[in-house]
Amino acid sequence: MTEKNKNRKPRWSRDDTELSILATPTVIWYLLFCFLPMFGIIIAFKEFKIHGGFLESLFKSDWIGFRNFEFLFSSNDAFIIVRNTLLYNIVFIILGIVLPVATALMVGQLHSKKMAKVYQTAMFMPYFLSWVVVAALVWAFLSYDKGFVNGIIESVGGTPIQWYMEKKYWPGLLIFMNVWKGLGYSMVVYLATITGIDSTYYEAAVIDGATKWQQMRHITIPLMKTVIIMMFIMSVGRIFYSDFGLFYQVPRDSNSLYTVTNTIDVFVFKQLKTSTPGMASAAAFLQSVLGCITILTANAIVKKIDPESAMI
Amino acid sequence: MAKVKQDMTGLEKFNRISPATNIVFHVIFILFSLMCVVPVLFILTISVSDEKALQETGYRLIPQAFSFEGYGYLAKQSGLILRALGVSLFVTIVGTIIGVLLTTLMGYVASRPGYRLKGLLTWIIFIPMVFNGGLVSTYFITSQFLGLSDTVWALIFPLAVSSFNVIICKTFFRITIPDSLVESAKMDGATQLTIFFKIVLPISLPVLATIGLFLCFAYWNDWYQSMLYITDQTMYSLQAFLNNLMKNIDALAQNASQMGLSAAELIASMPKEGARMAVAIIIVLPIACAYPFFQQYFISGLTIGAVKG
Repeated sequence: MTEKNKNRKPRWSRDDTELSILATPTVIWYLLFCFLPMFGIIIAFKEFKIHGGFLESLFKSDWIGFRNFEFLFSSNDAFIIVRNTLLYNIVFIILGIVLPVATALMVGQLHSKKMAKVYQTAMFMPYFLSWVVVAALVWAFLSYDKGFVNGIIESVGGTPIQWYMEKKYWPGLLIFMNVWKGLGYSMVVYLATITGIDSTYYEAAVIDGATKWQQMRHITIPLMKTVIIMMFIMSVGRIFYSDFGLFYQVPRDSNSLYTVTNTIDVFVFKQLKTSTPGMASAAAFLQSVLGCITILTANAIVKKIDPESAMI
Repeated sequence: MAKVKQDMTGLEKFNRISPATNIVFHVIFILFSLMCVVPVLFILTISVSDEKALQETGYRLIPQAFSFEGYGYLAKQSGLILRALGVSLFVTIVGTIIGVLLTTLMGYVASRPGYRLKGLLTWIIFIPMVFNGGLVSTYFITSQFLGLSDTVWALIFPLAVSSFNVIICKTFFRITIPDSLVESAKMDGATQLTIFFKIVLPISLPVLATIGLFLCFAYWNDWYQSMLYITDQTMYSLQAFLNNLMKNIDALAQNASQMGLSAAELIASMPKEGARMAVAIIIVLPIACAYPFFQQYFISGLTIGAVKG
């Protein structure tokens, strides 16, 4: 049964039955936790009210067409959450490629491989911390009365800052925290690609008199292209999604910071727990549909430019 | 290290960055490393700081006075904290086992070239990667239709399978399990179930370790599912417990008062800040001790996944 004769498939065999049985538990999982919610997305077009069980509520709730969407777009939130989600993501995508690639290139050049390993391990650390722990950690630095940063400001004679009230610091802070948490991991991923490059390329280049800079531009980066593009598509495909923990936990859900910390995910979560999840369902619907369109578009564009690098 | 240096050819030595650049790079990476490690040590020092000193001088990198009051307090409250630890351990262990099983089963079946429904499975795996029902409908399905609210299963099932992990497994099996091995076992009368458990799993330890570790860390670090589905405080995991402490520093005392102690008395005597950071340390410590040994699995997982299956 090789790939060659797949055109005339044999009849259903005992083997197929056995394999189907093996796959059944996971397929059921997919149906319950992935596909059922996909159909549940029609909640966005209903005035969802709880009447007993979920299915009963779903059928009994009235169809209201696009009214949930009208409510959503007539609120100020719609513009803010979409703007925040997109702008933060654009910055994250750019920094999320430039910084890890740069640091991976640098760490690969260090003379001492042992120290390189130590740095990698240290920088990997934040990746394994949950946002709840990170929020506790940020609080230790930024708390108004006891925070480390205000302690330093006071000791040099400045006035302490109400960090969790002042909007102007947060875009920078959130970008910093995002880089801080993800840099080590992405760096190690790119480094794995760099160490996989055949050393004879560099030997040949050195003999031809290429400088380090030229070797990087003409050997390392071109060979990293596929991985970079893959990571790029993955992050572009998630441009309508944000890291809930970063935007909800780190600013400690502070009311005064909403205009700079509210993203689609934070908005949907907070609306969800209210009695009328209409706006939340409309926002979640748009997020899913636009997210799907972006990932397919990003992939299609890459496929056109460089079929080798396309994901799908 | 000495051996590596001897093996290095003259060419490689010639091609190294200059000593000055090397030092600059080291300085940059030392700074980066400190930025990543020091905050965690900072939590540790707060957790062993004296509460009075904390109130007077605020958080300091090196505490004014040491005290294990925070941990002592948690030990006194051991009912709550042990329960949270129990929930976290149960979710992590059971979740990892269920997740690894579901993921590898699907990966194995999807990797069999002759399977009649292979195309269908590929779509089942692929569609959730580009489209999902969104939080609202997922929330209602999980909490109301499946009725998982306030059960430990709400913390386990939603995270058990991811298409990304299934593809890692599928690719791994496709590459490492020779068709001839499976075919010869079939000739001997083995069923696919036997083949999977007796032949495929034992020779697939690297991928099991990768998926298992991904899941282990994901379950141990999860607080989001708790926030969505858990309202009953006795079902809190350590992460949810810390999350609650961050929102409400008096939560510990409130709980204690429900257990029959005077709340005011407890709030007054409680080492709040120390206890909070002590919980964070209980969460972080096992991870910090374990991950340096496992980091290569995280990397290999990603590189296996990158190979198209």
